[in-house]
Amino acid sequence: MILIVVEHTNGKVSKSTWEIVTVARESGREGPVTALVLGSNVASVAAEAAGAADQVLVADLPALAQYDPELWAAAVAQIATEGEAGIVLIGGSRSGREYSPRVAIKLNAPLLEDVISLKGSGDALTAEHYTYLARVTETVEASGPVVVVSVKPGVFAAAAPRAEVAEQFDVDLNLPPRRLQVTGKTAERSSRISLTEAEIVVSGGRGVGSAEGFTQYVEGLADQLGAAVGATRAIVDAGWRPYSEQVGQTGKTVQPKVYIAVGISGAVQHLSGMNKSKVIVAINRDAEAPIFKIADYGIVGDVGQIVPAIIEELRK
Amino acid sequence: MRILTFLRQVLDAEESVHVSNNTVALENSKLVMDTMDEYGVEEALRLREGGTDVEIVALGVGPTRVQDALRTALAMGVDRAIHVETDVRLDAIDLSKVVAQVARQEEASLILSGGQQADWDSHALGAATAERLNWPQATWTSALELKGNTLVGKHDVDEGSEAFTVELPAVVTTQQGLNEPRYPTLPNIMKAKKKELRKESLEQFNVTPSLKFNGAEIQVKQRRNKILDGKDVPAAASELVGLLRNEARVIA
Repeated sequence: MILIVVEHTNGKVSKSTWEIVTVARESGREGPVTALVLGSNVASVAAEAAGAADQVLVADLPALAQYDPELWAAAVAQIATEGEAGIVLIGGSRSGREYSPRVAIKLNAPLLEDVISLKGSGDALTAEHYTYLARVTETVEASGPVVVVSVKPGVFAAAAPRAEVAEQFDVDLNLPPRRLQVTGKTAERSSRISLTEAEIVVSGGRGVGSAEGFTQYVEGLADQLGAAVGATRAIVDAGWRPYSEQVGQTGKTVQPKVYIAVGISGAVQHLSGMNKSKVIVAINRDAEAPIFKIADYGIVGDVGQIVPAIIEELRK
Repeated sequence: MRILTFLRQVLDAEESVHVSNNTVALENSKLVMDTMDEYGVEEALRLREGGTDVEIVALGVGPTRVQDALRTALAMGVDRAIHVETDVRLDAIDLSKVVAQVARQEEASLILSGGQQADWDSHALGAATAERLNWPQATWTSALELKGNTLVGKHDVDEGSEAFTVELPAVVTTQQGLNEPRYPTLPNIMKAKKKELRKESLEQFNVTPSLKFNGAEIQVKQRRNKILDGKDVPAAASELVGLLRNEARVIA
């Protein structure tokens, strides 16, 4: 069995799951592609996942209404064991990377983390992943009857749903108690288009001057381009922008068609979240800023003058 | 209670990376304690300074150079250190086996380690260790307090953050924003030289590497590097938009 854990939000299968379907079909491991849906009131997710796999296993339980690493790991490991899975594919979201090591330990399996390629031959799986804050690509190999893999989002092409609809089965799970008690949530979902799925991202750093400067220049330019908005850690910490917009080591990883860095100097921690963008544009006052070294295009100048001129030019 | 902080000695993030013989070469580079782990050391010190009776033990696994990170932790205020010496490269799944066994031997009730390794970019150590011990975990923690036997904190999740409580024993992974790690003072660096740094060999932990490392390559993406002077603002703006439209063809 090739086991895929379905990621979903607001009753829809996430793009990262369709990317994993591509990986599943290329992994070389044997058996039916099995999509596992965990959650509460997930009938619409299960129906959609039926176009992704040969069979769909559904655990629709009130206990799974909210993600928890221990519950997810227990559920996935149980299904993988019962189905004798040869590979367990998990999305490389923050949560996916949080519970996948627990699954690996439970299954006594090796873990391939945040992979950007995956090839199977015989007993071995060979994967590439980024190391050194995404500055190095490393090739690693795992062998064994079962391997746990987390897959970096936004790298593989999303598979198209198939016309035939897979059969759905309800599953029983032995779930452990929830030990990490969540007492409050700061949901910081931006009303804009998704940062990780956008083709154009405009990001701002300290060089925008203030929260007002961010609105005027970064959001102004993003509106003009129909782009998503990103931010550096420094200005998220300063409270100018929500955490959901943070790009970098401790935030999101993006690789859009074009990434426009406004007033960002380019600390390695930020670069690790965007250095795979196809085209990088930098606007910064300091000609020596490291961001220019990895930029395709740039302007050395004052953000407050340059960005309004670019918006003006785009309107023409 | 006893806190175990796990630390690693890694390439300073500001240093450039060199690859030779299919692996990253560290010989001539500046190495430091992984900053993500440093937040864990600082947090342990703060929990102790908050009035809890705590012994803090730092653990490092790896080549001799790991002792530099352990000495730094001792100079910051950690009570003693354990170095499990090995030149074998271990991934997070393998390492967690050592960390879990040391935690049991030391009867630790809280383990702190970095949310991401600055060299292998792995997030897995905290969760893997927690699973081996059958402890709960809180990852990517940005605020932490100890109330009796309960940890109260805040941590980052997929979208936004959550406030949480969890009973000890537990594993907590740390990150930027949790605190500002202190610099060791000269008298404390001197004092640290007298503190215990126990060396152990890897054999007793029964660890075999679960992955084969087949090669490493520096990511070099050719960039066009056309950087314009912005002195003539309208001209630079117009040229940039022209390049994005007609050369890169990434905007309409």
